[in-house]
Amino acid sequence: MSNQTRVCSNNDFFQLLERVKRKDQIALARAITLLENEPENALSIEELYASEVNSTSSYIVGFTGSPGAGKSTLVDSYVSMLRKTGAQVGIIAVDPSSPFTGGALLGDRIRMKRHFTDDGVFIRSMGSRGCVGGLNDAIFGVIMLYKLYGFDYIIVETVGAGQSEIDIVYVADTVVLVLSPGGGDEIQLMKAGIMEIADIFVINKADMDGSDLLKVNLEAVLKFSEQEKSIVLTVATSGKGVAELAEKIESHKFFLKDSGEIEARRLRRLRKHAETIITRRVRTLLDDEKDLNGKVSEFVERIVSKLCAS
Amino acid sequence: MEGKKIRVLIAKPGLDGHDRGAKVVARGLRDAGMEVIYTGLRQTPEEIVKSAIQEDVDIIGLSILSGAHMSVCKKVLELMDKYNFHVPIFVGGIIPPDDAEELMRMGIKAVFGPGTPIAEIVKKIEEVLGVKTNT
Ligand code: B12
Ligand SMILES: Nc1nc2c(ncn2[C@@H]2O[C@H](COP(=O)(O)OP(=O)(O)OP(=O)(O)O)[C@@H](O)[C@H]2O)c(=O)[nH]1
Ligand SMILES: [Mg+2]
Repeated sequence: MSNQTRVCSNNDFFQLLERVKRKDQIALARAITLLENEPENALSIEELYASEVNSTSSYIVGFTGSPGAGKSTLVDSYVSMLRKTGAQVGIIAVDPSSPFTGGALLGDRIRMKRHFTDDGVFIRSMGSRGCVGGLNDAIFGVIMLYKLYGFDYIIVETVGAGQSEIDIVYVADTVVLVLSPGGGDEIQLMKAGIMEIADIFVINKADMDGSDLLKVNLEAVLKFSEQEKSIVLTVATSGKGVAELAEKIESHKFFLKDSGEIEARRLRRLRKHAETIITRRVRTLLDDEKDLNGKVSEFVERIVSKLCAS
Repeated sequence: MEGKKIRVLIAKPGLDGHDRGAKVVARGLRDAGMEVIYTGLRQTPEEIVKSAIQEDVDIIGLSILSGAHMSVCKKVLELMDKYNFHVPIFVGGIIPPDDAEELMRMGIKAVFGPGTPIAEIVKKIEEVLGVKTNT
């Protein structure tokens, strides 16, 4: 089954890529599906279109933060801002897949209604499909596709992230961490993980009680970090503060380009991509190894019986 | 976790607020292991078809309780021709039997009324797509 899909998808895939280059959205959407089902297809994009993909100047902005903080609503507002400049925008919005059924309710798109009929905005929802870092293994490939298509901005929204879903840092040029009042006190802001990966902090829902306190606490925590980081207050639902956020993203972009850091981030992304491909390969190899599977379950059984005996 | 997943767009065209059925079906299909893109209330045919294209769904599901099913479905089918994007369409809600027959003639794949068990919808999706979900 998996062999068969791989063979037939390859031919289709090459043809789709040519159409993606000509800005055909149906082809782009199909190609993403093939990547989701078989992330290794990304290797053929690299093989065939390395120069196109690497020469485009698509800028990647990541939005992460806890469930319901307002990421999608903020993306919606920010995209409206970008569209005023004429920039073309590709969005990838990831929501969690059920670890039990594999099913998913992908509901980020619902916040982005005003862009549905704008051909300058392409929105794709993805399930996390068993990946624990807040994204999906196919994400790197989808970004290559978006670059091939030629989006000026690529926006990635992670699943509602807790503390350790930090894969966005390997994907985005600028990471925006969206906080909202009620998400805990100063101690949460001091914990390791997601707080460490933000380039820009957004306190969204600034119309709600507690946002000023959150800002004071956040400033206190950030005061001693070596690099100065911006905090922006927004009300995503009304668009308040979003122009300032867009400005901050632009200055971070300028800073990355100016300092050469952007190249370091690109390499970090490629390295992580390679790593996910290798990890998947190893996993497939292990899965295919019938005898090994038997040995592993035997081992697991042994441990379980030992633990339960006492 | 690997391989093909059935992707479904659930949309609620029209100006009325009857979204309970759409939500019940969206959740039910999620629990059946599908990826459901829920676009919510008040979707125009243009928005529905463009969303379906970008999400590359295998099926479009429309929930219509307002009585506007004939004109909505006609428009959606026209737009699918216009953009040359064709996937099966399922319709649910309050659809009189005669209209249901007419819709099927127009090219709608299946019509479901109040009280339809989710299992029946899942079975029909699998039948139309010729696949079996992994649960
Ligand atoms: C609950 C309800 C409401 C609630 C809606 C709450 C909500 N958020 O959904 C409220 C009180 C708001 C409401 C308001 C109105 N309602 Co009302 N409402 C109903 C009622 C009693 C039940 C609908 C319902 O939720 N059923 C439960 C769900 C789970 O069932 P379902 O939607 O049918 O879905 C099932 C199937 O149809 C199918 N299905 C549905 N969608 C889809 C999609 C896909 C893809 C698939 C595969 C299957 C599928 O699967 C589901 C599971 O089995 C119906 C009568 C009825 N018996 O259906 C009237 C009804 C739909 N309402 C009606 C009317 C007229 C109104 C009002 C205009 C009344 C008024 N004069 O003010 C207003 C409209 C206000 C507005 N702006 O929208 C009429 C519509 C008449 C028509 N079509 O010609 C009905 C039929 C009542 C009647 N007999 O007159 N309503
Ligand atoms: N009061 C207020 N509500 C907001 C604001 N921004 C978003 N919301 C609401 O918060 C809820 C969640 O918004 P989303 O944009 O879906 O949040 P999210 O972070 O994308 O959620 P997940 O993707 O599920 O993690 C919605 O009901 C929004 O309308 C804001 O600035 N103020
Ligand atoms: Mg969201």
